This record gives sequence, structure tokens and C-alpha cells, in this order.
Amino acid sequence: MAAVKKDIIGKLQEQILNLQGFKPERNAHGIDFGLGIISNAFPGNVFPLAALHEFLATNLEDASASGGFISVLLSTLMKKGGLCLWISTQRKIFPPSLITFGLSPERIIFIDLQNERDVLWASEEALKCESLTAVVTELDEISFAQSRRLQLVIEKSRVTAFVIRKNAEKLSSTLAAARWRISAMPSGAIDGLPGLGFARWHVELLKVKNGIPGNWMIEYAAGVFKPVKQVPFNDLKIRKAV
Amino acid sequence: MMQKRYMSIWFSTLLTDWIRIKRPALKDLPLVFSDKAGNRMVITAASKEAASLGIHLGMPLADARAIVPDLEVIENQCHKSKKLLTALGRWCIRYTPLVALEEDQGLILDISGCAHLWGGEKAYLREIVNRLRGIGYQVRASISDTMGTAWAVSRYGRVSPIIKSGEELNALLPLPPMALRISPIASQKLIKLGLKTIGSFISMPRSVLRRRIGEDSMERIEQVLGQKEDFFLPITVPEVYSERLASMEPIRTRKGIEIAIEKLLFQLCTKLQSDGMGLRSALLQSYRIDGQVIKTQIGTNSPSVNTSHLFKLFSLQIDKIEPKMGIELFTMDAVRFDRLDPGQESLWMTEKSMSNQKVIELLDRLAGKLGAQVIQRYLPQPHHWPERSIKKVDSITEPLSLPWRTDRLRPVQLLKVPEPVQVTAPIPDYPPMLFRYQGVTHQVKKADGPERIEREWWLEKGEHRDYYQLEDAEGKRYWLFRSGHYSPEKPSQWFIHGFFA
Repeated sequence: MAAVKKDIIGKLQEQILNLQGFKPERNAHGIDFGLGIISNAFPGNVFPLAALHEFLATNLEDASASGGFISVLLSTLMKKGGLCLWISTQRKIFPPSLITFGLSPERIIFIDLQNERDVLWASEEALKCESLTAVVTELDEISFAQSRRLQLVIEKSRVTAFVIRKNAEKLSSTLAAARWRISAMPSGAIDGLPGLGFARWHVELLKVKNGIPGNWMIEYAAGVFKPVKQVPFNDLKIRKAV
Repeated sequence: MMQKRYMSIWFSTLLTDWIRIKRPALKDLPLVFSDKAGNRMVITAASKEAASLGIHLGMPLADARAIVPDLEVIENQCHKSKKLLTALGRWCIRYTPLVALEEDQGLILDISGCAHLWGGEKAYLREIVNRLRGIGYQVRASISDTMGTAWAVSRYGRVSPIIKSGEELNALLPLPPMALRISPIASQKLIKLGLKTIGSFISMPRSVLRRRIGEDSMERIEQVLGQKEDFFLPITVPEVYSERLASMEPIRTRKGIEIAIEKLLFQLCTKLQSDGMGLRSALLQSYRIDGQVIKTQIGTNSPSVNTSHLFKLFSLQIDKIEPKMGIELFTMDAVRFDRLDPGQESLWMTEKSMSNQKVIELLDRLAGKLGAQVIQRYLPQPHHWPERSIKKVDSITEPLSLPWRTDRLRPVQLLKVPEPVQVTAPIPDYPPMLFRYQGVTHQVKKADGPERIEREWWLEKGEHRDYYQLEDAEGKRYWLFRSGHYSPEKPSQWFIHGFFA
């Protein structure tokens, strides 16, 4: 009986999503990013591709964490080959570090620009190119209209866009499918040894289109997201991600 | 078969004329060119003024200097005259498609069926000679049925430069034996024998002549008289990819310019493609009614004949073409072109190899608007020093020559220049307990290190770095280093260099 109900509810939810304008083919191949229960926050329980993902990173520490997190996603996306563009001004990303997250740095083409206007123009042009796997854009601000322009291009080319917003003070709403904030968390000791543990991130999904926001803890080790045994920051109500 | 007509042009003082065109200050000065022959310098060309002072070709330079102390000498231009002649020959292509070089500072043109376009041979000859003299070259020219006669008359003729069909022999009769271009020994011999004009020996029986001047010279005489075919090797002209489009009405709108560019690109690319070439760089020139010419240039990262892509590159620059009163003529030249590689494979494009082209086109567009320097790609370099561990590469297809290092953790964000930080560190070689960066104190909870990275002394001087990976109470991770050895006398310099994920 319960199974039947679940089935019905699932179908109804699908209908609602259709009515809301959500296109299920966004991740038709169902690429699994190993995000565990975080995927449940998205409509249809799949990570939306061919969409705009926004990451808030106001300081270099958060930018590093976001960079790491995005690299993991990119490495999954680019498993079958392809190229990715990383468009920014005053880039500090250090290419050799990305190999730690399974991403081959030689497959990224960095576009280093002088001003924000060029970044937006270059991002739009890049997103028009369906041969790219993804486009990462670092910028200070993006207005609703600008995000809409990118979204319109994405809908044609079906390239996934990751936008890192470095200035979140004037946080305008955008057409992004998801707004993330990735920040560092104290790592756990490996086998009780001193020294740094694996990278552990506090993943906040602040906004999800047609989904449920939430925040989780995630650890990245040996090429995959790993379950975390001990949970600090109990008062934050962080759920385990994997 | 149509009667062949040839024109011979003789540049009597080719090199000296050339240098005078380039450097007008040398005009009217005795001027020579000299080159090494064996181990002495010999005159290879002399101006009229120098020749009148007694300087002749083949004379050692030292002797010439003795005669004219303030002689102007230009050295080591031994291949210049051939180059110059080739260039002049290419210039002459406007008068006939067949132009050949002659050994001693001359050109030979096959003008069969060309002269009437200039209103007859007389006008044709005058046009060419006047144009060349206008540039500054001393030239003599002659037209005849055979190359040999034209050659002879252009150099030795005194009467009329145009020899009518069948009149060759008559024209040659008063000329010296050298005019037959037989070997110098043979012509010297003839002169010694008192046969100072061609007329004095040309009617002698063949067998008699052959015995005295040899078989080669006899063959030469037959060529001059048109009894035997002469050898003609036309110079080739490099293919020029250039298209032009004139408009009936001056063009003033963006749409009009776009149509013009599309048309020109289509013509140019069709031509290039049929030759297996692809465009690397194209120059569009828009001739405005007010006399201004607007130049617009595009470049691509790889040869392309994709008109829609090339058009996009131009369309980024259309704004710069101001039509003002209107544009009456567009020309487009392929400034650079390369052989089109039909299937460029690159290494990471396993599944998406077809799409590589599109990415290149995208990069062309970005480079076209923002400059090629904005596009960066990195490959590892065999250096430990973080700043030198990667190198920029221009090509997006250059493969990985050595693997990326995975044994050492590197920060995701690296500062271009390490920034100094204040650090409290307990004892040498221990990681810091706390550090202060940009006004914020970070309590170090966990740390790894040190990882010593030595400066490459053969590249630069300076202290080594002891790197520590630090994690503060919030879990944020930093890459700090101490510069140089720990010393109890003076406090160590600490720097922050990066941020880990």
C-alpha cells in the first residue's frame, strides 16, 4: 500500500515540476556526482546540469573550498573528455592543485580578463559553445538581467555554468538553479594521527529551484565524497551528506 | 601557330640604380658593388660615373680605390641582383603572363598577342621602358621574333628597337659578334680574325665557321636566327588570395557591410579551399568615398575556411568600420594562410574530437575581441618551486609531456606574491601556534610540515622556503612558509602563500 502511495506521489511531483517549467532532461544521463542525500534537495533527485549554479565565496578561504568542490563536480563531468573554460579577473586558482580533486588541469583553459564586463561577455560567448563541458566564471556581481542572458544561452547550448560570486554584499537574486556556499570545516584525524585530515566542507544549499534547500557536511578523500563519522558543530543542525 | 614575339629588357646598371632609388643621396657619385672572389674583393657592379673613371667589372676593389679614393662601395650583395630581377619580373607580369630571367641583368618577356592591348608594339615598349625609367632604372628594350635577336638588339642595337618579323638577320648584320651571346673566347677569336660585325661572317659556310668557333656557338647562332627553338623558363608568381567587391551605391549601413564581408569571405574561402588552404589572417580594406581606407584585420588560431566563423570574427570589429559618407569598394586579402589539416586530432578529444573545431572558433572570437594573451593553458614543468612548477602554453592541443604531481598537496588559491604574516612559533621546525593575517588571528589546530623547497640556485639567488600546511579552529587551511633557516638572533620571516580547499 505504502509503495503504491509513494509511486503516486512521485508521479504527482513530476507533474508539478512539469507545471513549474522544470525540464527533466537537464540531467538525462543521470550523472551521479556522489553527493548522496544532497541530490535529494534537487527536483527529481538529480543534480541539474545545463543550468546556472551560483557559489558565494566572499573570501579566499571560501573561494578555495568552492574551487575544490567545483573541481570535483567538473572531474565527474569531464570523465568522458571535453574541455572547460575558467573565466576570471585576478585569478588566483593554482592549476596544479586541481589534480587533487581528480581534474586534469591541462583540460582547463583559463581566460584572464581585466574587467567584469569582459568576463560576462566571454562567459556568454563560451556558454554558446556546446562543445564545452562546463564554464566556470568568477565575478563580483551578477544582476538578474545578466543571469537571465546566461540562462537563455544555456538553454540552447546545454552547457553547465558555475558562477563564483566574490562579492555577496549586494546579493541580487538571479536565475540560478542553485545557490551554494561551500566553507571549510575542521577535518578529522586520519587513523588518529596528528596533522591535517581530508578536506571537509560545510555545504549550504541556500536556494534551489523547485527543490528543498539545506546544509550538509561532506568530506572529500581519495577521489570520492566520503561519509563522515564524527559530526562537529552540532548546534548548526548539519546533516551528514553521504 | 601564332608568330611568337619576344621582348628583352636590359637593366644596364641594375644594382647601382636600385641603391640610388633607395638612397637618393648617392646620386651622381661614383658607386660600385663589390664581392668576395677567392680571397680578394672584386667589383661586381659599377655606376656610369665609376665606369667613366676607368673602373670596370672584375677589377679588384683595391685598384678601384686607388683610381677613385672617395669611391662609394656597397659590399656583399651577391644575390641581390637575382632577387631584384625576380621582383621586377613579377612586376612585369602586368604586361604579359610569361616572364623569364636572363643571365646578365635582363628580363625576357613572351609578348605574343599582348602588345595590341597597349595599342601596338611601339606604344607597348614605350610604356614599359618609361615606367621603369620613371622608377629610376636605366633600361633598354627590344622586341623581336626570337629571344636571341631581342637580346642582341637591346644591348648592342643602335637603330630601331623593334625588329619586324623576318628582319632579324638584317638587324643583326651591323652588330658585333658578342651580340650573338656566343662564348667570350669565340667572339674574341672572331674579332681577332677581323670579323668585327656579324654580317662579316654570318654568311660563311657552316662547316667553316663550326671549325673555328665550335658547335655550341653554332647552335646559339641558329637560335638567334630562329632556326632552332630557344629555352624559356617563366618565373612563377606566388598565389595571391585577394578578392574585391565594388558597390554601385556607396554603402552606409551595418547590414551592407555585413553582406560585403560575407560575400568576400565566401569567395576567398572557396578559392582557398580548392587549393587545400585555410585562412590564418585576413585583411579587409574598406575604401571610403572621402578617400580614407579603413583596415580591419582578423586572425585565427588554426587554418579555417569556415565562413560563418570568420564572419563572426569580423563582426566583432564591424563597429570600427565607420562608413561616414559611404564605402564604395571592399577588398579582402589573405595575409596569412596555411595548409588545411583535414582531421586535426588532439589527445583529450576522445569522444568530442569533432567539437574541437568549435572550441578553437570560440577561442578565436575571444582572442579577436580581448586579445590572444587572455587565453591561458598550463602544463607542468619539472620544478619544485611553486611559481615555476607550471608553464603557459599557447596551443590548446599541446599534450602533457610529464604527469601532474599528486604526491604533494598544493593550495587551490595561490597568491601571486607571498604576503608577510606575523607568526608565533614555539621552537625551530615546529609549525606556528598562531598567525595573524589581514588583522585576523588564526589559532592553528592542526599542521603538517615542514616541506622544504629549495630555490634553484642556478636560476636565482635567495633563501629556501619551509612550507607548512595549517588548519585553524574553523577548519580553514593555509599554506605558510618560513623564509630561510631558523636563527635565534633574528626573528624569522613568515609568509602566507596559499589557501587550501
